[in-house]
Amino acid sequence: MSSPKQDRLPFEKPIYEMEEQLAEMEAQYAHRKDVADPQASEQIRILRRQLAELKRLIYTNIEPWDRVKVSRHRNRPQSRDYINLIFDDFVEIHGDRAIGDDRAIVTGFARLEDQKVLFVGHQKGRTLSERTTCNFGCAHPEGYRKALAKMKLAAKFGLPIVSFIDTPGAYPGIAAEERGQAAIIAENLMAMSMLNTPIVCVVIGEGGSGGALGIGIGDRVGMMEHAYYSVISPEGCATILWKTAEKAPLAASALRMIAPDLLRMGIIDGIVEEPLGGAHRDHRQAANSLKSFLVKSFRDIAAQPRESLLELRYQKFRKIGVFEEGVVAAPVIAEDVPTPVVLG
Amino acid sequence: MPTKPGASSNGWHGQSEPRGVPVGVFMPCDSCGATLFRKQVERNLNVCPECSHHFTVTAHERILQLLDTDTFEEWFADLRPGDPLGFNDRRPYPDRVKAEQERTGLTEAAVVGQGFIKGLRLVFGVTDSGFIMGSMGSVVGEKLTRAIEEATKQQLPIIIVSGSGGGARMHEGIYSLMQMAKVSSALARHHAAGGLYVSVLTNPTMGGVAASFASLGDIILAEPKALVGFAGPKVIAQTVRVRLPEGFQTSEFLLEHGFVDKIVLRKDLRSMLAQLIDYVTP
Repeated sequence: MSSPKQDRLPFEKPIYEMEEQLAEMEAQYAHRKDVADPQASEQIRILRRQLAELKRLIYTNIEPWDRVKVSRHRNRPQSRDYINLIFDDFVEIHGDRAIGDDRAIVTGFARLEDQKVLFVGHQKGRTLSERTTCNFGCAHPEGYRKALAKMKLAAKFGLPIVSFIDTPGAYPGIAAEERGQAAIIAENLMAMSMLNTPIVCVVIGEGGSGGALGIGIGDRVGMMEHAYYSVISPEGCATILWKTAEKAPLAASALRMIAPDLLRMGIIDGIVEEPLGGAHRDHRQAANSLKSFLVKSFRDIAAQPRESLLELRYQKFRKIGVFEEGVVAAPVIAEDVPTPVVLG
Repeated sequence: MPTKPGASSNGWHGQSEPRGVPVGVFMPCDSCGATLFRKQVERNLNVCPECSHHFTVTAHERILQLLDTDTFEEWFADLRPGDPLGFNDRRPYPDRVKAEQERTGLTEAAVVGQGFIKGLRLVFGVTDSGFIMGSMGSVVGEKLTRAIEEATKQQLPIIIVSGSGGGARMHEGIYSLMQMAKVSSALARHHAAGGLYVSVLTNPTMGGVAASFASLGDIILAEPKALVGFAGPKVIAQTVRVRLPEGFQTSEFLLEHGFVDKIVLRKDLRSMLAQLIDYVTP
């Protein structure tokens, strides 16, 4: 997928250069298609292979901060893209029945293969006007209330819930505080833990703090390969701890916010593989992997005893935490750092 | 009286020196600027006698102020923070924790246990805003969750007094965020079992603490003029680029917008808690 220059990530520069080179060669070859030129076609094949190899190389050694940039890429598939590519017969439903209809969160009925589900997800928008309408994916309290109202509806009628997380954070504004941003997010955490229907959550892009967690309590939690999930944005963390947002790359590493770290830490249940070079290069392929993850997750949940659904969901979050307990150990030699008790 | 694992054997031995107040005979009031006798302020529950400004108080003082004398039994006191991320900003996280422990006499930002208010047994938790800004990491989340579970099991009311300018603790990364889910899930069960939870908001209660247990009380009380909210005022000011209204994110602001049941002066808090609990218990 060719992208306008402003969407090109700096670390991907070699990829774009090689892509241009390849395009040039292909164009030249296309000109003289009437003449068979085995040498040129061989060169093109080699270059294509090199390009794939280059993408693999760059994307396997990607720094956490660069992943954050991939997760924020303008062409990255968003909730509405995935709705079109994964689900059938989507029927959007709106509003929180109190304040309004927050466009930063999309809700509606959909079909996942044979299964009827309720979809909830952040929507950031792509064009400037979409982004403004969606507040860049930063929901107000009415967005979280809307999500909860529709999820309660789903639980009432036994529909499983799919939740896609993609937000830099809940909206920090005057109206949001007036309408109880903290209280509404808290309410969602509490209520989602008790919704008696299977819930699968996937961080598809940005998993920004409480705004992400506000629709993030489920029986399975997955992450796209280049998504992040964090207690605070790297910029926010850098500003507080290093007194400058320029240290964001450092914070992104220190916070361990990328999928492989979170899987290892037992926070998420699975990583959804993205197409080579990131989901923004091939929406359909990204959607296919994501669909497989959803189908498999619901199948796994269905294999559990139905009556233990809520107990297992409780234990899933209950066991998260790292601390030491018991008698204080005798002082140790400097190198011999005691291993903390890891629960989860 | 049952003894919990990690209970201190001889009652409460937290540090006793008030910390929020600078040491010295005199102290200035942060709010009205009056020069005050420190002893007089302490006798007045750390409230300014001139303008009624409520200074922050430590977990220890809070226990002394609210619970019947010598009835507090601390639980799970042996939980100590780990360093799951190997976090190092300008100093390694374990060093920061150690310094805070030495400075405050606490092992972590939360103290939980059981006690009595006017003869009524209950579970009590408090976060100390002086310990890494009262932020919630794994230990705070675990202590509160265990306390809530115990309250549910023993069918006791639980009171949590929150003071946290830090919200979820950055130094423990995603583990801190997940404590919000953990504590809120435990409260969901407590509520479902018909248990009473009273949340008391004190200055400051922000971020992930406000967006979890602090906002989930059957009854939510607040001390006057406490800063309570989701996003920090600085972040909001940078985002919306307008002057924030007077009294934004205070207890009074929350009361006006319907998120707090009652603002209670510190001197009345203990009797108000007793009265409210009495109303909802048979």
